[in-house]
Amino acid sequence: MTTRLVEGSEVVADAMVRAGCRFFAGYPMTPFTEVLEHMATALPPVGGVCVNAESELEAVGMVWGAAAAGTRAATGSTGQGLSLMQESIAEASLAGIGFVVLNMARGQGDYFQATRGGGHGDYRTPVLAPSGPVEVAELMAEAFELADRWRNPVVVVGDYYMAHTWVDIETPGEVPEPPPAPEWSLDGHSGGSGAAKLVSPLGTAKRRDGVGYDLAAHYEGCAQRRREMTAGITPRAELVETDDAEVVLVAYGTMARYADAAVSALRSEGHRVGLVRPITLWPFPEAQVKAAADGSAGVVAVYENNAGQMIDDVRLSLLGSSPVVGLNSFATDSSAFGIAPDVTVENLTASVRELLSEFGQDAT
Amino acid sequence: MTERRPDGLTVLPSDVAPTDAIQVADFTPDLVDVGEHHLCPGCGEPIAIRAVMDGISLLGLADKCMAVFGIGCSTAFSNNLDVEVLQALHGRAPSVATGVIRMRPELAVFTIQGDGDMANEGLQEVLHAAARGENIVCIMLNNGVFGETGGHLTVTTTIGQRTKNTIEGRNAAEHGHPMRIAEMLAQIDGVGYVARGAVNDAGNVARTKRMIVDAFTAQQQQLGLSFVEILTMCPTGWFIPTDEAPAYLAETIAGTHAVGVLRSELT
Ligand SMILES: Cc1ncc(C[n+]2csc(CCOP(=O)(O)OP(=O)(O)O)c2C)c(N)n1
Ligand code: SF4
Ligand SMILES: [Mg+2]
Repeated sequence: MTTRLVEGSEVVADAMVRAGCRFFAGYPMTPFTEVLEHMATALPPVGGVCVNAESELEAVGMVWGAAAAGTRAATGSTGQGLSLMQESIAEASLAGIGFVVLNMARGQGDYFQATRGGGHGDYRTPVLAPSGPVEVAELMAEAFELADRWRNPVVVVGDYYMAHTWVDIETPGEVPEPPPAPEWSLDGHSGGSGAAKLVSPLGTAKRRDGVGYDLAAHYEGCAQRRREMTAGITPRAELVETDDAEVVLVAYGTMARYADAAVSALRSEGHRVGLVRPITLWPFPEAQVKAAADGSAGVVAVYENNAGQMIDDVRLSLLGSSPVVGLNSFATDSSAFGIAPDVTVENLTASVRELLSEFGQDAT
Repeated sequence: MTERRPDGLTVLPSDVAPTDAIQVADFTPDLVDVGEHHLCPGCGEPIAIRAVMDGISLLGLADKCMAVFGIGCSTAFSNNLDVEVLQALHGRAPSVATGVIRMRPELAVFTIQGDGDMANEGLQEVLHAAARGENIVCIMLNNGVFGETGGHLTVTTTIGQRTKNTIEGRNAAEHGHPMRIAEMLAQIDGVGYVARGAVNDAGNVARTKRMIVDAFTAQQQQLGLSFVEILTMCPTGWFIPTDEAPAYLAETIAGTHAVGVLRSELT
């Protein structure tokens, strides 16, 4: 097996191209920038297009157009840039236009932005959270599948560590062909047939059928599709040593890698500590969190690099059945690009030891 | 028939056409599904959209084109055409059309937006698309108001024009100056064709149709972005009687936004 040392952002770009993405548009912002750079070199050789859009508003608009024209398409950004895109992400859900949005966050302060969306209206977007570059390839393929299947934007969450960690990966083989354009998509050829296609966030009822745009009917249809999507996506989580855990950590993304290391360290000292790592942030793996907590846990500790966001979803999963604490201090260096010097295995194990002495049976 | 509101704006009954009016349904092109529309009597937008559809028919582009609509009164036509339509959000049609043309460069991709949509909410989009040389046709229906929201000031509103938020008429000191969009686009490298038409009389409608045909011809010849601005009547948003709107367009609106071809790379 030959391997190659590559930057995480290149792994992300390569995973998108392999998942069939043939259109990408974006506007530079750390730590998203390098993904855009890699897409600009990766797409043309496979017949794809990458546009360095003049703003995030235009980037997501272009993706709206390319996806409606039957292309697997993606965009992405970081906090501020994603805030600018929210109108289109929300309405794409109503228009039934699926594409992938990379949320390359600075730290984890954008958990709510990713999982709740900053947009208007009654919509949700599936959210996948790989814990590092290695898991990206698998989840990126799944993200495009979900976007196609549910005709809805799908968010993939990453951060500075994912973008800039260099990893040794297997040299990839041939790039597979993307799937054919979905049937509903536009190719310009149905005009003049008496049944020209329409893709619109206002619905697809045509005047010629004796009806105009009927937003009441359309929004009810969207709500029904959302109910099916919610039920149709299996929430996923990785469970690490949760069976007998007295302290169950819950962490996603980069923070989960620190938590995983802390669990190993504490287990080697004989402490009963486990980890639930949500892989789908929406739908949230409520059942997995609940099952882990219902074992022998004294406490569920949510480890996230923000002032407490995912903890809400953990509380909703447990509905008061176990005590929940937040091991969160918003950690960042002065650049605020997402480097968190205080996030260390030592700091986390120290916090967990305190919890063990308070909640654990073998408390000394 | 006409009442006056306390603020001095004229209120006109909007559901009754003059008895001797020619109905737009009488000359509906093939590519418009239903001839009747629910826009105000005397509105210029249905005439402009018919002119665009006539141009598409004439060039035989119906099954090789895609319309990208903005949000405004003309959105009423986005589900009433027999050409493929992709509805965009307010201000976003040029970037959406960019995504389409990049993946389907063989199509005649065009946008239809109002002045509020294109020039207020999304001005940077059409300027950037023009400079990138996107091979699309952008059509702006310019009535100098947000017709849809009830007749509010836009960046093209002419000096003296009354709108809901410039009741006494736009004056430069208080409300700034009108922007001339066709003139702005005509000076951008990457643009194939720029013209401004109008639909206030039969002569101008015929002229505007020729502009549309030329714009799509430039698109077919891959000359870059083509732009046709069409001055349309909005008697409701101008707060004047329906039958006075064509003359108002000629005398006031076209005084600032002159009709004519501003640039053509067609040979
Ligand atoms: C982001 C956003 N802001 C505001 C609106 C409300 N809105 C709908 S149409 C419109 C103005 C339309 O004006 P114009 O484009 O000139 O079209 P007209 O109605 O005059 O044909 C506005 C402000 C909206 N739909 N979306
Ligand atoms: S408000 Fe103006 S633009 Fe809108 S339908 Fe009425 S006349 Fe036409
Ligand atoms: Mg207008």
